[in-house]
This record gives sequence, C-alpha cells and structure tokens, in this order.
Amino acid sequence: MADWIDACAASDIDEEDVIRFDHGSRTFVIVRDHQDNYYCTDGLCTHEDVHLEDGLVVEATIECPKHSSIFDCSTGEVETPPACENLHTYPTKVENGRVFVEL
Amino acid sequence: MPRDYSLTGPDARRAVDAGLVTEDWYRTPIDRKQMKALMKRADQPAIRDTILLFGLMVVLAGIAIALMPSWWSVPFWLAYGVLYGSAMDSRWHECGHGTAFKTRWMNQLVYQVACFCMMRDPWCWKYSHARHHSDTIIVGRDPEIAIMRPVVALKVASNLLGLVDVPDGLRRMVVHASGRMLPDEETYVEAVFYPKTFRTARIWLAIYALTVLTAVLFLSWVPLLLIGLPRLYGCWHMVLTGWLQHGGLDDNALDHRLNSRTVYMNPVSRFIYWNMNYHVEHHMFPLVPYYRLPELHRVCAFDFPAPNRSIPQAFAEMLPVLWRQRHDPDFHLRRPLPDSAHPYHDGPRASAG
Repeated sequence: MADWIDACAASDIDEEDVIRFDHGSRTFVIVRDHQDNYYCTDGLCTHEDVHLEDGLVVEATIECPKHSSIFDCSTGEVETPPACENLHTYPTKVENGRVFVEL
Repeated sequence: MPRDYSLTGPDARRAVDAGLVTEDWYRTPIDRKQMKALMKRADQPAIRDTILLFGLMVVLAGIAIALMPSWWSVPFWLAYGVLYGSAMDSRWHECGHGTAFKTRWMNQLVYQVACFCMMRDPWCWKYSHARHHSDTIIVGRDPEIAIMRPVVALKVASNLLGLVDVPDGLRRMVVHASGRMLPDEETYVEAVFYPKTFRTARIWLAIYALTVLTAVLFLSWVPLLLIGLPRLYGCWHMVLTGWLQHGGLDDNALDHRLNSRTVYMNPVSRFIYWNMNYHVEHHMFPLVPYYRLPELHRVCAFDFPAPNRSIPQAFAEMLPVLWRQRHDPDFHLRRPLPDSAHPYHDGPRASAG
C-alpha cells in the first residue's frame, strides 16, 4: 500500500529548481515549477541513468544534465531524445509547508 | 598498448569490464544558484549569430558568383566554405545539445540545416554525440575520437580537406538510403529513429543529385561550390580546432581535465567555433550555452589546468605529442593542476594500480 512520505520543506526548493530525494534504496527528484507546483519523478534519466538532481528546470520540464533529454515533470513524458522512455511520476502534495510524495 | 577503436571489438568489452562505462565523471563543485544562472538559456545571442552567419554566407557567395570566372572569386569562395564546412559544425553541435537557443524549434531548424551541410544524419549524430559525452575518449566506446593511436599522420592530415569524413558521410548516406544501418550505429542509435534516418538520407541524396544535375546542365561549378564541395574545401578550421579538443591528452580517463583542452582563441575563430574552445568546461557542464562558457571558465579556473594561450601555442604543445604517438600510443600529456584544484580523478585505473 502506498504511503505519503514527508520529502522536504516546500521552501527547500527554489522556483524552477530541483532537489534530490532518496527514500530507502530508491532515488527521486522533487521539482518546483514556475507556478509553485511541485512534482516528484524517478531520479534517474531513462536514457543512461544520469541523476536529474543537477538538471535544468524550465517551467514544468526538467532537462537531463548530461545529454539534454527533456521530460514533462507533470506526466513524466519524454519531450526530446536521446531518452525514449518516460519517467515515472508520483503524486505530490504540499501541506503545512511540507512536500509529501505518495510512494 | 594497442587500441581497437571499433565500437563492436575487444576494447568495447574491455571498457565495460574496466568500469570505464559510467557516469561517475569528476565535476568541479559549483554552487547550485550559480550553476542555474550559467545554464539559463536565451534566444538573442544565437539569433544574432545566426543572422550574421547566414547573412555573411549570402554576401560572400553573391560576391564570389559575381566575380566568376575571375580568380578574384577564390578568396570569397574560401571564406564561404569555412562558414559552410566549419561554422556549421559548431551550429550542429550547439543546437544538437539544445543549448544555443531558448526556443526549441530554433535549435531544431538550425540543427537540421547544419546536419545537411556537415553530411551528418541528425539522429545518428545525436546519439553519437551523446555517447561521446557519456564515454569521452574511452577507446571502444566513443564514436567521435578524431585522432586515434598510434597516430597515422597522413590520414589525420588528409581530413583537413574532409578526405576521411566526407567519403564516410556519403557511404553512410547511401547505406541509410538503402534502408540499413551500420553495425557501429546499431550500438548507440535507438531503433525507433531508424526510419527517420532512412528518409533523411533519401532526401539528402536527392538534393545532392539535383545539385550535380544542375551543375551539368548549366556547365557551371557554382551549384557544387555552393552545396557539397564547401564541406571539403572549408572544413579545415573545424578539423584544426577539433584536433585541439582532445588531441595528445589522456584516454580511458574519467576526468575531463585529463582528456580535454581549453584554448584561448581569436574572436573570428570563436565565432566560427561558437566558443567550443572552452572545451573542458563544455564537457563537464554540457547544459551551459556557448555564450556563457567564458563565465563558466572563470568560475572553474581554480580547479582546471592552465588553458593554452592561443591556437599556435596549443599546437606547439600538441603536435610533438602526436608525432611521438605514431610509435608510442601510450604517451600523452598530463598537465599540472593549480594548487587550489582538486586532484585528478583517474577512476578505475588508479585503483587497478
């Protein structure tokens, strides 16, 4: 059964930015877009497993720091190659200034 | 030690076994806010440079055609050729990374034009370059190693006139047009893009055929001097600057400071090359657009070997090494780091003793 996990403070992430979030043996990224929406996706790019924590966030997309694959953080959909597989995304909510992710 | 640069040969397997196929590359620590600012995209610099590039090409070609058949047209053709056969390489490169313009369709448009000029299939070279960044100068993995060891001087030098790259590009175009991929391409290109590669090759071959037909019908060299031949007579600047990127430096290392070179260059070369003279910086942080590389260079200076002061000085450093690598393929430069730098990351070689 999925649980809502307290991932970080909402203020830990700047506007249009990303931080890494590790939980158990898994790694994710939490992304904040330009309109204060928060998203959680798998942490590794589907192309070559490069971590997205150093990526570039533009509006609600994240760009892999190594090969520039761009993903839509709200759906995980890959928008530009070389990645061909979508990212997995996880439901996210903000309560009392904390970001929770359903894992 | 002998090297097999084939992507399907023993060194490809050896690289995997040695732990060289990894994303665990050294990166200079940079504050996240500063890095975000460095990665920020803008349209204006690339729009300005693109208008200037294509404007110059039109003007130079126009003057050259007007002066034909006088020999006075030659310098204008040569200048046009450098913009076609060399500047298009850097446009291919930056737009392939998606960093030149902020607007994606602009990157795509210039990328497609540059790919045609350089005779590089857009999809194959997208993946080829991704591999070059994943496994930079890893023997058996990197498809874009310009100078292989032991160095065969004549072969390397002949590419100043595109005599290696162009036959290879045409061969691949013909193979693709027939609906096939080459074995090395199958190791790094996603199969879903094969049909696009085949279609592109057929369109390009039709354009080249039309160009030749026009030249024959009008008994004129002009169509060929405009399309196709500049890839031969104008690529020398790309080849020279390309050698400097990694030539004479280490291979099979996991630190771009060991295998890449930053060279200060004159403004004309930097325009043609779109600032790829900051090559260590580019490899370490490929999301930084070309117009912010000088700033990134200043930020990283504490951690990088001293840059070469000029193109001639860089060649003076590199050429003797290449000459020796004709018979001693293991020989390479290892440049000292400043006291403020983090030590070189030798990767699995160091732990292997």
